[in-house]
Amino acid sequence: MANNDSLANTVKVVLGVSLVCSIVVSTAAVGLRGMQQRNVIEDTQSNILTVAGADFAGQKIQDVYQQVIEPRVVDLDTGEFVAADQIDVNSFDQRKSAKDPETSTRLTKDEDIAGIVRRSNYANVYLVKGSAGGYERIIIPMHGRGLWSTMYAFMAIQPDGNTVDAMVYYDHGETPGLGGEIANPLWLEKFVGKKLFDDQGQPALEVIKGTAPQDSAYQIDGLSGATLTSNGVTNTFDFWLSENGFGKFLSNIQKGGLGNG
Amino acid sequence: MAEAQDNKALLLNPVFLNNPIALQVLGVCSALAVTSKLETAFVMSLAVIFVTSLSNLSISLIRHHIPSSVRIIVQMAIIASLVIVVDQILKAVVYDISKQLSVFVSLIITNCIVMGRAEAFAMKEPPFRSFLDGIGQGLGYGALLMAVGFFRELLGSGSLFGIEILPLINNGGWYQPNGLLLLPASAFFIIGLLIWALRTKFPAQVEPKE
Repeated sequence: MANNDSLANTVKVVLGVSLVCSIVVSTAAVGLRGMQQRNVIEDTQSNILTVAGADFAGQKIQDVYQQVIEPRVVDLDTGEFVAADQIDVNSFDQRKSAKDPETSTRLTKDEDIAGIVRRSNYANVYLVKGSAGGYERIIIPMHGRGLWSTMYAFMAIQPDGNTVDAMVYYDHGETPGLGGEIANPLWLEKFVGKKLFDDQGQPALEVIKGTAPQDSAYQIDGLSGATLTSNGVTNTFDFWLSENGFGKFLSNIQKGGLGNG
Repeated sequence: MAEAQDNKALLLNPVFLNNPIALQVLGVCSALAVTSKLETAFVMSLAVIFVTSLSNLSISLIRHHIPSSVRIIVQMAIIASLVIVVDQILKAVVYDISKQLSVFVSLIITNCIVMGRAEAFAMKEPPFRSFLDGIGQGLGYGALLMAVGFFRELLGSGSLFGIEILPLINNGGWYQPNGLLLLPASAFFIIGLLIWALRTKFPAQVEPKE
């Protein structure tokens, strides 16, 4: 064992260990990828069902999702739905699309209020089917920079295109207990019934510092100790409700674009 | 016979007599972070048992070949690979819990218990004994985690493994949950109390006054 420390032996052991370890790691990563992806999809679907207000306890998430949710893709520049024959709604991935220069737009510094750098030209929206036909809610995805991370949310809007029905932050890396409170259901409940746009049609929903006046239609209580995260949330709204975000789409909805009659 | 007893001691001593958290005070960071619920504490314990036992086993198997100049790096490579495997498995099988454990699974790599046992035990002892030692140390870690998790979840959320035991006032019951126990700092108090209890029961654990 005296020659354990020789150069040849050191190189041999290090290479051997590296080889074995890399085989073990890559086998695990490749072998389990399918299950992991299914989990991610199911997780997204359950988040969407939560803002949709659907009760899926004890049922298969996928079944309920297919029953209740109608995924669509919106062209953000025109605010119209993209026809089903032009795009596969089930495989369209907004996050991937936002990274591809061909399917996204680089935002100028002035436009990029939410700090997202690139915006996908098309966006996912999810329509919630009502039990009596027609649609009950429209769910739009939003994301924007907080203090430390990009925060991802779903917002459910009433068919009038102006009233919040539910809100959920499902992915973020803010400080637990401070900014992380954006994911707290008690805080998210405060969004219910708030209006998105003021009388001039400008984005008006905002998180303010301190407690919002009780009769305010646009203001949400700020999170104490999390001013920058709260600002990030307001910026996210300002961007996604503007002309560059879902502004055109939502104004179409307000004119009856949902075809609910 | 003596050997069987010895093996039993390897497995069970770390639980009370030589607990890695309570006596050696190792791995406290993750013990604070993942014990607000029993479910996460349980999965974390299993993950650590898996990593300590297999890393001890594999390091012990090649202990005669590891050059001492790079031994820590070799140990780290093995431990890190095992942790990645655990992380991938958790993501595939219990996705919800793996989201709650988030970064703490990957941080098992830096858990002093794993490194400490690899260096102090597996480098000197034969594979089977090292394997048992790994399981034992993992069990000791897990037992303390579960004990802390038990108090924190019961008194902080009124439930155990997510099943309601003390009906909360919010849900129309009578129990006012103690929010302090949901904060990581409360784990310090509980670990401190547990160490006190253990050292009262086993006075040999008390360190001599300096």
